[in-house]
Amino acid sequence: MRKFRETIIEKTILLNGFACILFVVLIFVFLAKDGLALFKTFAIQDFLFGQMWSPLAEPPQFGILPLFLGSVIVTLGATVIAVPLGMACAIFIGEIAPRWMREILKAGVELLAAIPSIVIGFIGMTMLGPVVKQIFHLPTGLTALTGSIALAFMAVPTIVSIMEDAISSVPRIYKEGSLALGATHWQTIYRVIIPAASSGIVAAVMLGIGRVIGETMAVMMLTGNASVMPQTILAPVRTMTATIAAEMGETVRGSEHYFALFALGLVLFLITFLINLVADAALHRKRK
Amino acid sequence: MNKIETKNLSLFYGTFQALIDVNLSVEEKMITALIGPSGCGKSTLLRTLNRMNDLIDGVRITGEVLIDGENIYGKETDLVLLRKKVGMVFQRPNPFPLSIFDNVAYGPRTHGSKNKAELEDIVEKALKHVELWEVLKDKLDHFALNLSLEQQQRLCIARLVAVTPDIVLMDEPCSALDPVATQRIEELMFELKKNYTIVIVTHNMQQAARVSQRTGFMLLGKLVEYGETRQVFTTPREKKTEEYITGRYG
Ligand SMILES: Nc1ncnc2c1ncn2[C@@H]1O[C@H](COP(=O)(O)OP(=O)(O)OP(=O)(O)O)[C@@H](O)[C@H]1O
Ligand SMILES: [Mg+2]
Repeated sequence: MRKFRETIIEKTILLNGFACILFVVLIFVFLAKDGLALFKTFAIQDFLFGQMWSPLAEPPQFGILPLFLGSVIVTLGATVIAVPLGMACAIFIGEIAPRWMREILKAGVELLAAIPSIVIGFIGMTMLGPVVKQIFHLPTGLTALTGSIALAFMAVPTIVSIMEDAISSVPRIYKEGSLALGATHWQTIYRVIIPAASSGIVAAVMLGIGRVIGETMAVMMLTGNASVMPQTILAPVRTMTATIAAEMGETVRGSEHYFALFALGLVLFLITFLINLVADAALHRKRK
Repeated sequence: MNKIETKNLSLFYGTFQALIDVNLSVEEKMITALIGPSGCGKSTLLRTLNRMNDLIDGVRITGEVLIDGENIYGKETDLVLLRKKVGMVFQRPNPFPLSIFDNVAYGPRTHGSKNKAELEDIVEKALKHVELWEVLKDKLDHFALNLSLEQQQRLCIARLVAVTPDIVLMDEPCSALDPVATQRIEELMFELKKNYTIVIVTHNMQQAARVSQRTGFMLLGKLVEYGETRQVFTTPREKKTEEYITGRYG
Protein backbone atom coordinates (compact mmCIF):
# COMPACT_ATOMS: atom_id res chain seq x y z
CA MET A 1 0.00 0.00 0.00
CA ARG A 2 2.75 2.41 0.97
CA LYS A 3 4.64 1.43 -2.11
CA PHE A 4 1.59 2.20 -4.19
CA ARG A 5 1.31 5.65 -2.66
CA GLU A 6 4.99 6.36 -3.29
CA THR A 7 4.54 5.41 -6.92
CA ILE A 8 1.54 7.69 -7.31
CA ILE A 9 3.39 10.62 -5.77
CA GLU A 10 6.46 10.03 -7.86
CA LYS A 11 4.46 9.76 -11.05
CA THR A 12 2.53 12.93 -10.25
CA ILE A 13 5.70 14.90 -9.74
CA LEU A 14 7.12 13.45 -12.92
CA LEU A 15 3.98 14.41 -14.76
CA ASN A 16 4.20 17.99 -13.52
CA GLY A 17 7.78 18.20 -14.66
CA PHE A 18 6.82 16.98 -18.09
CA ALA A 19 3.86 19.33 -18.17
CA CYS A 20 6.23 22.32 -18.11
CA ILE A 21 8.12 21.00 -21.07
CA LEU A 22 4.89 20.13 -22.78
CA PHE A 23 3.63 23.70 -22.43
CA VAL A 24 6.77 25.10 -23.99
CA VAL A 25 6.52 22.66 -26.85
CA LEU A 26 2.84 23.40 -27.34
CA ILE A 27 3.43 27.13 -27.41
CA PHE A 28 6.19 26.63 -29.91
CA VAL A 29 4.05 24.40 -32.12
CA PHE A 30 1.17 26.83 -31.93
CA LEU A 31 3.40 29.77 -32.86
CA ALA A 32 5.10 27.82 -35.61
CA LYS A 33 1.86 26.61 -37.14
CA ASP A 34 0.38 30.08 -37.61
CA GLY A 35 3.71 31.79 -38.10
CA LEU A 36 4.93 29.52 -40.87
CA ALA A 37 1.59 29.91 -42.63
CA LEU A 38 2.74 33.37 -43.66
CA PHE A 39 5.37 31.95 -45.97
CA LYS A 40 2.75 30.33 -48.21
CA THR A 41 1.92 33.79 -49.52
CA PHE A 42 4.93 35.91 -48.49
CA ALA A 43 8.58 35.12 -49.33
CA ILE A 44 10.67 34.27 -46.27
CA GLN A 45 13.65 36.37 -47.41
CA ASP A 46 11.37 39.41 -47.79
CA PHE A 47 10.16 38.75 -44.27
CA LEU A 48 13.63 38.39 -42.75
CA PHE A 49 15.48 41.03 -44.74
CA GLY A 50 12.74 43.38 -45.95
CA GLN A 51 13.31 46.94 -44.83
CA MET A 52 9.70 47.95 -44.59
CA TRP A 53 6.95 46.87 -42.26
CA SER A 54 3.66 48.28 -43.44
CA PRO A 55 0.74 45.87 -43.27
CA LEU A 56 -1.69 48.42 -44.66
CA ALA A 57 0.25 49.17 -47.85
CA GLU A 58 -0.83 47.71 -51.15
CA PRO A 59 0.63 45.12 -51.45
CA PRO A 60 1.37 44.80 -47.72
CA GLN A 61 5.02 44.71 -46.61
CA PHE A 62 6.18 42.47 -43.77
CA GLY A 63 9.93 43.16 -43.62
CA ILE A 64 10.97 42.73 -39.97
CA LEU A 65 14.41 44.27 -40.26
CA PRO A 66 13.39 47.69 -38.87
CA LEU A 67 11.58 46.04 -35.97
CA PHE A 68 14.42 43.63 -35.33
CA LEU A 69 16.95 46.47 -35.36
CA GLY A 70 14.63 48.50 -33.14
CA SER A 71 14.67 45.68 -30.60
CA VAL A 72 18.43 45.28 -30.95
CA ILE A 73 19.13 48.98 -30.42
CA VAL A 74 16.86 49.30 -27.41
CA THR A 75 18.23 46.07 -25.92
CA LEU A 76 21.86 46.96 -26.55
CA GLY A 77 21.34 50.41 -25.08
CA ALA A 78 19.67 48.95 -22.01
CA THR A 79 22.45 46.37 -21.64
CA VAL A 80 25.19 48.95 -21.88
CA ILE A 81 23.52 50.91 -19.10
CA ALA A 82 22.33 48.03 -16.93
CA VAL A 83 25.39 45.79 -16.91
CA PRO A 84 27.92 48.20 -15.37
CA LEU A 85 25.28 49.52 -13.00
CA GLY A 86 24.14 46.05 -11.98
CA MET A 87 27.67 44.77 -11.68
CA ALA A 88 28.78 47.64 -9.47
CA CYS A 89 25.69 47.13 -7.35
CA ALA A 90 26.27 43.36 -7.08
CA ILE A 91 29.90 43.83 -6.09
CA PHE A 92 28.93 46.40 -3.52
CA ILE A 93 26.25 44.18 -2.01
CA GLY A 94 28.31 41.00 -2.15
CA GLU A 95 31.69 42.27 -1.11
CA ILE A 96 31.75 45.73 0.36
CA ALA A 97 28.56 46.63 2.17
CA PRO A 98 28.36 45.77 5.87
CA ARG A 99 25.87 43.06 6.70
CA TRP A 100 22.98 45.27 7.84
CA MET A 101 23.21 47.38 4.69
CA ARG A 102 23.41 44.27 2.55
CA GLU A 103 19.95 43.12 3.65
CA ILE A 104 18.43 46.54 3.04
CA LEU A 105 19.95 46.79 -0.42
CA LYS A 106 18.83 43.31 -1.39
CA ALA A 107 15.28 44.12 -0.32
CA GLY A 108 15.47 47.35 -2.32
CA VAL A 109 16.57 45.53 -5.44
CA GLU A 110 13.75 43.04 -5.07
CA LEU A 111 11.31 45.90 -4.70
CA LEU A 112 12.62 47.39 -7.92
CA ALA A 113 11.88 44.09 -9.62
CA ALA A 114 8.32 44.25 -8.37
CA ILE A 115 7.45 47.59 -10.02
CA PRO A 116 4.98 46.88 -12.83
CA SER A 117 6.38 47.75 -16.22
CA ILE A 118 3.45 50.01 -16.97
CA VAL A 119 4.47 52.18 -14.02
CA ILE A 120 8.01 52.39 -15.32
CA GLY A 121 6.61 53.31 -18.72
CA PHE A 122 4.42 55.96 -17.15
CA ILE A 123 7.26 57.52 -15.17
CA GLY A 124 9.52 57.33 -18.19
CA MET A 125 6.96 59.10 -20.32
CA THR A 126 6.31 61.96 -17.96
CA MET A 127 9.78 62.46 -16.51
CA LEU A 128 12.46 60.78 -18.60
CA GLY A 129 11.12 61.69 -22.05
CA PRO A 130 11.18 65.48 -21.54
CA VAL A 131 14.69 65.29 -20.09
CA VAL A 132 16.02 63.31 -23.08
CA LYS A 133 14.28 65.73 -25.43
CA GLN A 134 15.85 68.73 -23.76
CA ILE A 135 19.38 67.38 -23.38
CA PHE A 136 19.73 66.29 -27.00
CA HIS A 137 17.50 69.03 -28.52
CA LEU A 138 15.17 66.51 -30.16
CA PRO A 139 11.74 67.01 -31.68
CA THR A 140 10.44 64.24 -29.43
CA GLY A 141 11.57 62.65 -26.18
CA LEU A 142 10.21 59.26 -27.13
CA THR A 143 13.28 57.57 -28.59
CA ALA A 144 15.22 54.32 -28.46
CA LEU A 145 17.42 55.86 -25.77
CA THR A 146 14.45 56.67 -23.55
CA GLY A 147 13.29 53.08 -23.85
CA SER A 148 16.79 51.81 -23.14
CA ILE A 149 17.11 53.77 -19.94
CA ALA A 150 13.74 52.63 -18.64
CA LEU A 151 14.44 49.03 -19.58
CA ALA A 152 17.83 49.20 -17.92
CA PHE A 153 16.03 49.76 -14.64
CA MET A 154 13.98 46.68 -15.26
CA ALA A 155 17.03 44.55 -16.07
CA VAL A 156 19.11 45.73 -13.12
CA PRO A 157 17.29 43.64 -10.46
CA THR A 158 17.74 40.44 -12.47
CA ILE A 159 21.38 41.20 -13.10
CA VAL A 160 22.10 42.22 -9.52
CA SER A 161 20.48 39.25 -7.84
CA ILE A 162 22.07 36.61 -10.05
CA MET A 163 25.48 38.29 -10.06
CA GLU A 164 25.40 38.79 -6.34
CA ASP A 165 24.69 35.08 -5.90
CA ALA A 166 27.64 34.25 -8.12
CA ILE A 167 29.94 36.63 -6.27
CA SER A 168 29.01 35.50 -2.80
CA SER A 169 29.37 31.86 -3.72
CA VAL A 170 33.03 32.29 -4.64
CA PRO A 171 34.83 30.15 -2.04
CA ARG A 172 36.23 32.16 0.84
CA ILE A 173 39.60 30.46 0.52
CA TYR A 174 40.25 32.22 -2.79
CA LYS A 175 39.69 35.56 -1.19
CA GLU A 176 41.86 34.70 1.79
CA GLY A 177 44.58 33.38 -0.49
CA SER A 178 44.66 36.62 -2.39
CA LEU A 179 44.62 38.88 0.67
CA ALA A 180 47.31 36.75 2.30
CA LEU A 181 49.56 37.49 -0.66
CA GLY A 182 49.26 41.17 0.09
CA ALA A 183 46.62 42.02 -2.51
CA THR A 184 44.22 44.80 -1.60
CA HIS A 185 40.49 44.24 -1.41
CA TRP A 186 39.98 45.79 -4.84
CA GLN A 187 42.73 43.76 -6.43
CA THR A 188 41.18 40.67 -4.90
CA ILE A 189 37.77 41.57 -6.31
CA TYR A 190 38.81 42.17 -9.87
CA ARG A 191 41.60 39.65 -10.21
CA VAL A 192 40.19 36.67 -8.30
CA ILE A 193 36.55 37.06 -7.37
CA ILE A 194 35.23 38.32 -10.71
CA PRO A 195 37.12 35.70 -12.77
CA ALA A 196 35.97 33.00 -10.36
CA ALA A 197 32.37 34.16 -10.68
CA SER A 198 32.57 34.77 -14.41
CA SER A 199 30.11 32.09 -15.50
CA GLY A 200 27.47 33.39 -13.12
CA ILE A 201 28.18 36.92 -14.30
CA VAL A 202 27.70 35.92 -17.94
CA ALA A 203 24.46 34.15 -17.04
CA ALA A 204 23.25 37.26 -15.20
CA VAL A 205 23.93 39.43 -18.21
CA MET A 206 22.18 37.02 -20.57
CA LEU A 207 19.11 36.74 -18.39
CA GLY A 208 19.05 40.52 -18.02
CA ILE A 209 19.06 40.79 -21.80
CA GLY A 210 16.34 38.17 -22.00
CA ARG A 211 14.25 40.24 -19.64
CA VAL A 212 14.73 43.37 -21.74
CA ILE A 213 14.15 41.88 -25.16
CA GLY A 214 10.78 40.43 -24.19
CA GLU A 215 9.54 43.57 -22.48
CA THR A 216 6.58 45.22 -24.17
CA MET A 217 4.58 47.73 -22.21
CA ALA A 218 7.25 50.22 -21.26
CA VAL A 219 8.85 50.05 -24.69
CA MET A 220 5.57 50.69 -26.40
CA MET A 221 5.04 53.78 -24.31
CA LEU A 222 8.55 55.15 -24.58
CA THR A 223 10.17 54.42 -27.93
CA GLY A 224 7.94 56.46 -30.20
CA ASN A 225 6.70 53.51 -32.26
CA ALA A 226 8.05 54.44 -35.66
CA SER A 227 8.59 51.35 -37.77
CA VAL A 228 11.39 52.80 -39.87
CA MET A 229 14.97 51.65 -40.18
CA PRO A 230 16.59 53.18 -37.07
CA GLN A 231 19.51 55.49 -37.81
CA THR A 232 20.60 56.51 -34.31
CA ILE A 233 19.69 55.68 -30.75
CA LEU A 234 18.13 59.14 -30.54
CA ALA A 235 15.49 58.32 -33.14
CA PRO A 236 12.07 56.85 -32.43
CA VAL A 237 11.99 53.11 -33.10
CA ARG A 238 9.56 50.26 -32.83
CA THR A 239 10.42 46.91 -31.35
CA MET A 240 9.11 43.49 -32.26
CA THR A 241 7.16 43.13 -29.04
CA ALA A 242 5.52 46.53 -29.34
CA THR A 243 4.50 45.73 -32.91
CA ILE A 244 2.75 42.54 -31.91
CA ALA A 245 1.01 44.18 -28.99
CA ALA A 246 -0.11 47.19 -30.99
CA GLU A 247 -1.32 45.40 -34.10
CA MET A 248 -2.75 42.14 -32.90
CA GLY A 249 -6.06 43.76 -32.02
CA GLU A 250 -6.54 45.16 -35.50
CA THR A 251 -5.97 42.04 -37.54
CA VAL A 252 -8.47 39.64 -38.92
CA ARG A 253 -7.92 36.14 -37.71
CA GLY A 254 -6.37 34.05 -40.47
CA SER A 255 -5.29 37.03 -42.56
CA GLU A 256 -1.79 37.48 -43.89
CA HIS A 257 -1.17 40.22 -41.31
CA TYR A 258 -2.28 37.89 -38.54
CA PHE A 259 0.16 35.23 -39.68
CA ALA A 260 2.92 37.82 -40.01
CA LEU A 261 2.51 38.78 -36.36
CA PHE A 262 2.75 35.13 -35.39
CA ALA A 263 5.90 34.77 -37.46
CA LEU A 264 7.28 37.79 -35.61
CA GLY A 265 6.41 36.09 -32.33
CA LEU A 266 8.19 32.98 -33.51
CA VAL A 267 11.37 34.98 -34.20
CA LEU A 268 11.14 36.54 -30.75
CA PHE A 269 10.65 33.14 -29.18
CA LEU A 270 13.72 31.76 -30.92
CA ILE A 271 15.84 34.73 -29.83
CA THR A 272 14.89 34.45 -26.16
CA PHE A 273 15.28 30.69 -26.32
CA LEU A 274 18.81 31.14 -27.64
CA ILE A 275 19.66 33.67 -24.94
CA ASN A 276 18.42 31.36 -22.21
CA LEU A 277 20.41 28.54 -23.70
CA VAL A 278 23.60 30.60 -23.56
CA ALA A 279 22.85 31.65 -19.98
CA ASP A 280 22.23 28.05 -19.02
CA ALA A 281 25.44 26.88 -20.67
CA ALA A 282 27.34 29.56 -18.76
CA LEU A 283 25.81 28.46 -15.46
CA HIS A 284 26.57 24.83 -16.19
CA ARG A 285 30.20 25.49 -16.95
CA LYS A 286 30.56 26.61 -13.37
CA ARG A 287 29.30 23.38 -11.83
CA LYS A 288 31.99 21.25 -13.42
CA MET B 1 66.49 39.37 18.36
CA ASN B 2 63.65 36.97 17.73
CA LYS B 3 61.96 37.10 14.36
CA ILE B 4 58.47 37.03 15.86
CA GLU B 5 57.48 37.78 19.39
CA THR B 6 54.00 37.99 20.86
CA LYS B 7 53.55 39.84 24.11
CA ASN B 8 50.54 39.09 26.30
CA LEU B 9 48.55 38.46 23.17
CA SER B 10 44.85 37.89 23.75
CA LEU B 11 42.16 37.55 21.14
CA PHE B 12 38.40 37.66 21.51
CA TYR B 13 35.79 36.46 19.03
CA GLY B 14 32.98 38.63 20.36
CA THR B 15 32.87 37.61 24.00
CA PHE B 16 34.70 34.32 23.58
CA GLN B 17 38.38 34.51 24.40
CA ALA B 18 40.28 32.29 21.95
CA LEU B 19 43.81 33.32 22.94
CA ILE B 20 44.85 34.00 26.51
CA ASP B 21 48.06 35.93 27.24
CA VAL B 22 50.18 34.19 24.66
CA ASN B 23 53.90 34.88 24.81
CA LEU B 24 55.63 33.17 21.92
CA SER B 25 59.05 33.77 20.43
CA VAL B 26 59.93 32.44 17.03
CA GLU B 27 63.54 32.29 15.97
CA GLU B 28 64.80 33.14 12.54
CA LYS B 29 65.26 30.46 9.84
CA MET B 30 63.83 27.69 11.94
CA ILE B 31 60.68 25.66 11.79
CA THR B 32 58.43 26.25 14.75
CA ALA B 33 55.52 23.87 15.20
CA LEU B 34 52.29 24.61 17.05
CA ILE B 35 50.46 21.55 18.34
CA GLY B 36 47.42 21.02 20.52
CA PRO B 37 43.93 19.54 20.47
CA SER B 38 41.25 20.75 18.10
CA GLY B 39 39.84 24.16 18.94
CA CYS B 40 42.70 25.21 21.21
CA GLY B 41 43.49 28.28 19.10
CA LYS B 42 46.41 27.20 16.90
CA SER B 43 44.94 28.60 13.71
CA THR B 44 43.82 31.70 15.51
CA LEU B 45 47.33 32.33 16.82
CA LEU B 46 48.83 31.72 13.40
CA ARG B 47 46.39 34.10 11.78
CA THR B 48 47.24 36.89 14.19
CA LEU B 49 50.75 36.86 12.74
CA ASN B 50 49.67 38.15 9.33
CA ARG B 51 46.51 39.83 10.60
CA MET B 52 44.15 37.55 8.70
CA ASN B 53 41.85 37.75 11.69
CA ASP B 54 41.11 41.32 10.69
CA LEU B 55 38.69 39.88 8.13
CA ILE B 56 36.39 38.48 10.79
CA ASP B 57 33.71 40.69 12.28
CA GLY B 58 33.84 41.28 15.99
CA VAL B 59 37.45 40.28 16.62
CA ARG B 60 39.29 42.19 19.33
CA ILE B 61 42.96 41.85 20.06
CA THR B 62 45.04 43.04 22.99
CA GLY B 63 48.78 42.77 23.50
CA GLU B 64 51.48 43.03 20.88
CA VAL B 65 52.90 41.06 18.00
CA LEU B 66 56.43 42.13 17.16
CA ILE B 67 57.92 41.14 13.85
CA ASP B 68 61.54 42.21 13.50
CA GLY B 69 60.88 44.30 16.58
CA GLU B 70 57.94 46.20 15.18
CA ASN B 71 54.40 45.88 16.49
CA ILE B 72 52.27 44.82 13.55
CA TYR B 73 49.15 45.98 15.35
CA GLY B 74 50.59 49.48 15.56
CA LYS B 75 48.93 52.38 13.81
CA GLU B 76 51.34 52.77 10.93
CA THR B 77 51.39 49.13 9.85
CA ASP B 78 50.93 48.67 6.11
CA LEU B 79 48.88 45.49 5.67
CA VAL B 80 50.08 45.00 2.10
CA LEU B 81 53.72 45.08 3.14
CA LEU B 82 53.04 42.93 6.19
CA ARG B 83 51.36 40.20 4.18
CA LYS B 84 54.04 40.37 1.53
CA LYS B 85 56.56 39.72 4.24
CA VAL B 86 54.51 37.14 6.15
CA GLY B 87 53.03 34.65 3.72
CA MET B 88 50.51 31.93 4.43
CA VAL B 89 49.83 28.39 3.20
CA PHE B 90 46.34 27.13 3.91
CA GLN B 91 44.94 23.82 5.03
CA ARG B 92 43.09 23.18 1.81
CA PRO B 93 45.23 23.95 -1.21
CA ASN B 94 43.67 27.09 -2.64
CA PRO B 95 45.14 27.92 -6.01
CA PHE B 96 43.07 30.55 -7.80
CA PRO B 97 40.82 29.37 -10.63
CA LEU B 98 43.32 30.75 -13.12
CA SER B 99 46.18 29.30 -15.13
CA ILE B 100 49.29 27.91 -13.45
CA PHE B 101 51.31 30.85 -14.70
CA ASP B 102 48.78 33.41 -13.51
CA ASN B 103 48.72 31.79 -10.09
CA VAL B 104 52.45 32.15 -9.55
CA ALA B 105 52.56 35.56 -11.20
CA TYR B 106 49.65 36.77 -9.06
CA GLY B 107 51.71 38.18 -6.21
CA PRO B 108 54.40 39.87 -8.32
CA ARG B 109 51.72 41.40 -10.55
CA THR B 110 49.84 42.61 -7.53
CA HIS B 111 52.97 44.27 -6.26
CA GLY B 112 53.63 46.00 -9.52
CA SER B 113 55.82 43.95 -11.87
CA LYS B 114 54.27 44.12 -15.29
CA ASN B 115 57.27 43.17 -17.40
CA LYS B 116 56.62 39.85 -19.12
CA ALA B 117 60.21 38.65 -19.21
CA GLU B 118 60.62 39.49 -15.55
CA LEU B 119 57.43 37.61 -14.65
CA GLU B 120 58.49 34.57 -16.66
CA ASP B 121 61.75 34.57 -14.79
CA ILE B 122 60.04 34.82 -11.41
CA VAL B 123 57.59 32.04 -12.27
CA GLU B 124 60.34 29.74 -13.43
CA LYS B 125 62.42 30.31 -10.30
CA ALA B 126 59.45 29.84 -7.99
CA LEU B 127 58.33 26.64 -9.68
CA LYS B 128 61.88 25.30 -9.60
CA HIS B 129 62.01 26.06 -5.93
CA VAL B 130 59.05 23.77 -5.25
CA GLU B 131 60.17 21.20 -7.82
CA LEU B 132 57.25 21.71 -10.15
CA TRP B 133 59.14 23.26 -13.03
CA GLU B 134 60.21 20.06 -14.76
CA VAL B 135 56.67 18.64 -14.69
CA LEU B 136 54.76 21.77 -15.52
CA LYS B 137 57.00 23.90 -17.71
CA ASP B 138 55.02 23.00 -20.84
CA LYS B 139 51.67 23.35 -19.12
CA LEU B 140 51.93 26.83 -17.68
CA ASP B 141 48.71 27.87 -19.39
CA HIS B 142 46.74 24.94 -17.95
CA PHE B 143 44.02 25.45 -15.39
CA ALA B 144 45.51 25.19 -11.91
CA LEU B 145 42.55 23.39 -10.36
CA ASN B 146 43.18 20.33 -12.54
CA LEU B 147 46.45 19.55 -10.77
CA SER B 148 46.72 16.88 -8.08
CA LEU B 149 46.25 18.10 -4.52
CA GLU B 150 49.95 17.79 -3.77
CA GLN B 151 50.81 19.77 -6.88
CA GLN B 152 48.20 22.35 -5.91
CA GLN B 153 49.76 22.75 -2.50
CA ARG B 154 53.21 23.06 -4.07
CA LEU B 155 51.79 25.63 -6.44
CA CYS B 156 50.46 27.59 -3.47
CA ILE B 157 53.92 27.51 -1.94
CA ALA B 158 55.43 28.63 -5.25
CA ARG B 159 52.89 31.44 -5.39
CA LEU B 160 54.18 32.52 -2.00
CA VAL B 161 57.85 32.13 -2.84
CA ALA B 162 57.26 34.42 -5.83
CA VAL B 163 56.61 37.38 -3.54
CA THR B 164 59.81 36.64 -1.56
CA PRO B 165 58.39 36.63 1.95
CA ASP B 166 60.47 36.45 5.09
CA ILE B 167 58.17 34.30 7.12
CA VAL B 168 55.91 31.47 5.96
CA LEU B 169 52.91 30.46 8.04
CA MET B 170 51.47 27.01 7.34
CA ASP B 171 48.14 25.91 8.73
CA GLU B 172 48.02 22.10 8.56
CA PRO B 173 49.49 22.18 5.04
CA CYS B 174 49.45 18.41 4.64
CA SER B 175 46.09 17.49 6.11
CA ALA B 176 44.51 17.13 2.67
CA LEU B 177 47.41 15.03 1.34
CA ASP B 178 48.31 11.35 1.37
CA PRO B 179 51.38 10.09 3.30
CA VAL B 180 53.72 10.09 0.30
CA ALA B 181 52.75 13.61 -0.69
CA THR B 182 53.04 14.65 2.96
CA GLN B 183 56.58 13.36 3.14
CA ARG B 184 57.54 15.23 0.00
CA ILE B 185 56.05 18.47 1.26
CA GLU B 186 58.02 17.97 4.47
CA GLU B 187 61.19 17.63 2.42
CA LEU B 188 60.27 20.87 0.73
CA MET B 189 59.91 22.53 4.13
CA PHE B 190 63.48 21.56 5.01
CA GLU B 191 64.55 23.16 1.78
CA LEU B 192 62.55 26.32 2.52
CA LYS B 193 63.97 26.60 6.02
CA LYS B 194 67.29 27.75 4.55
CA ASN B 195 65.66 30.97 3.43
CA TYR B 196 62.54 31.40 5.46
CA THR B 197 61.31 31.39 9.00
CA ILE B 198 58.46 28.87 9.14
CA VAL B 199 55.65 28.49 11.61
CA ILE B 200 53.54 25.39 11.08
CA VAL B 201 50.33 24.29 12.74
CA THR B 202 49.84 20.55 12.71
CA HIS B 203 47.62 17.89 14.17
CA ASN B 204 50.19 15.30 13.37
CA MET B 205 52.67 14.95 16.22
CA GLN B 206 55.09 12.82 14.24
CA GLN B 207 55.18 15.60 11.72
CA ALA B 208 55.94 18.20 14.37
CA ALA B 209 58.69 15.97 15.75
CA ARG B 210 60.14 15.32 12.29
CA VAL B 211 60.23 18.78 10.81
CA SER B 212 60.45 21.32 13.57
CA GLN B 213 63.23 22.64 15.78
CA ARG B 214 60.90 24.40 18.20
CA THR B 215 57.50 23.29 19.38
CA GLY B 216 54.72 25.08 21.20
CA PHE B 217 51.89 23.17 22.85
CA MET B 218 48.58 24.95 23.17
CA LEU B 219 45.55 24.16 25.25
CA LEU B 220 42.31 26.12 25.57
CA GLY B 221 43.80 29.33 24.20
CA LYS B 222 46.98 29.20 26.26
CA LEU B 223 50.49 28.45 25.17
CA VAL B 224 51.18 25.81 27.80
CA GLU B 225 54.69 24.84 26.86
CA TYR B 226 57.28 26.06 24.43
CA GLY B 227 60.80 24.88 23.79
CA GLU B 228 63.16 22.83 21.71
CA THR B 229 61.24 20.15 19.88
CA ARG B 230 63.33 17.30 21.25
CA GLN B 231 62.88 18.52 24.79
CA VAL B 232 59.13 19.03 24.42
CA PHE B 233 58.66 15.56 23.04
CA THR B 234 61.03 13.66 25.34
CA THR B 235 61.03 15.54 28.62
CA PRO B 236 58.04 17.88 28.68
CA ARG B 237 58.02 20.25 31.63
CA GLU B 238 54.23 20.34 31.92
CA LYS B 239 52.09 17.41 32.86
CA LYS B 240 49.44 18.38 30.31
CA THR B 241 51.95 18.35 27.48
CA GLU B 242 53.01 14.88 28.47
CA GLU B 243 49.43 13.69 28.56
CA TYR B 244 48.76 15.10 25.12
CA ILE B 245 51.91 13.71 23.59
CA THR B 246 51.37 10.27 24.99
CA GLY B 247 47.92 10.31 23.52
CA ARG B 248 45.73 10.75 26.57
CA TYR B 249 44.11 13.86 25.06
CA GLY B 250 41.97 15.00 22.11
N1 LIG C 1 35.28 33.20 13.41
C1 LIG C 1 35.11 32.70 14.64
N2 LIG C 1 34.12 33.17 15.42
C2 LIG C 1 33.93 32.67 16.66
N3 LIG C 1 34.68 31.72 17.21
C3 LIG C 1 35.69 31.21 16.49
C4 LIG C 1 35.95 31.67 15.16
N4 LIG C 1 37.02 30.98 14.68
C5 LIG C 1 37.39 30.13 15.66
N5 LIG C 1 36.60 30.27 16.75
C6 LIG C 1 36.74 29.53 18.02
O1 LIG C 1 38.01 29.79 18.53
C7 LIG C 1 38.60 28.61 19.06
C8 LIG C 1 39.93 28.36 18.43
O2 LIG C 1 39.74 28.09 17.04
P1 LIG C 1 40.95 27.71 16.10
O3 LIG C 1 40.40 27.54 14.74
O4 LIG C 1 42.03 28.67 16.27
O5 LIG C 1 41.38 26.30 16.66
P2 LIG C 1 42.45 25.28 16.12
O6 LIG C 1 43.38 24.99 17.23
O7 LIG C 1 43.05 25.75 14.87
O8 LIG C 1 41.56 24.01 15.85
P3 LIG C 1 41.68 22.92 14.70
O9 LIG C 1 42.77 22.02 15.11
O10 LIG C 1 40.35 22.24 14.73
O11 LIG C 1 41.95 23.63 13.43
C9 LIG C 1 37.60 27.49 18.82
O12 LIG C 1 36.90 27.27 20.02
C10 LIG C 1 36.68 28.03 17.78
O13 LIG C 1 35.36 27.55 17.96
MG1 LIG D 1 42.94 25.12 12.77
